[in-house]
Amino acid sequence: MRKIAMAASLSVFIAFLIAATLVIHPFGYPPSQMDDYIIENAQSETGANNVVTAVVFDYRGFDTLGEATILFTAVTGVVMLFRRRKKE
Amino acid sequence: MSKIVRTMSSILSLFIFVYGSYIIMHGHLTPGGGFQGGAVFASGVALLIVAFGSQNLHKSLKEHHLSILESGGALIFIGLAFGGIATVFFYNFLVGSPIFGHIPPPGPNPGDIWTAGVIPFMNLAVGLKVIAGLSAILLVMALATTITEVEE
Repeated sequence: MRKIAMAASLSVFIAFLIAATLVIHPFGYPPSQMDDYIIENAQSETGANNVVTAVVFDYRGFDTLGEATILFTAVTGVVMLFRRRKKE
Repeated sequence: MSKIVRTMSSILSLFIFVYGSYIIMHGHLTPGGGFQGGAVFASGVALLIVAFGSQNLHKSLKEHHLSILESGGALIFIGLAFGGIATVFFYNFLVGSPIFGHIPPPGPNPGDIWTAGVIPFMNLAVGLKVIAGLSAILLVMALATTITEVEE
């Protein structure tokens, strides 16, 4: 019974994956003005040759601040969890 | 670990540290940046922990020093973000100024490290943060595992 349920759910999942692969948009479609603007103007506006870094640290700097906060929270949690107790 | 492993890892970790610093400092020219370079650097720390043991490394690398370094990186990052508050938060206020303000010619070119305004400083701050954070995680976890082994 369990194996049949697992097989059914797995087949539904794989069918969903295949359907999603078939109906996915082609690369770069739909075209957006944001991509063209960033590719055209990133070098002259930020001075960075690496457009990805220009987006990550300049256009979307607030997002990077959130990433840094996630890392900070993770480190805080791990250090709290694994801190060494004093000998009793 | 044996003497061969310790010697080789102490030589190799230097090259790993140099490569991680290179990825951090060239984040605005080549693929990579603060997060990736910091992860490379922390892998060198992991190599040292495996080779020398966390107890030996803990004599010179304390986790509260690492947490001070991480908080300092975060403060530098937020301070640089507040530097452009006159226009908007995270404004790149150093482009066009003498410090890192040179603008490269458009199109593909090898680039110059003296460009990109505030981005190299932000890469440095995030790299410092990631180095300290991941090293602290590795060190604390390794210390915890060795202590439980001793107690059993």
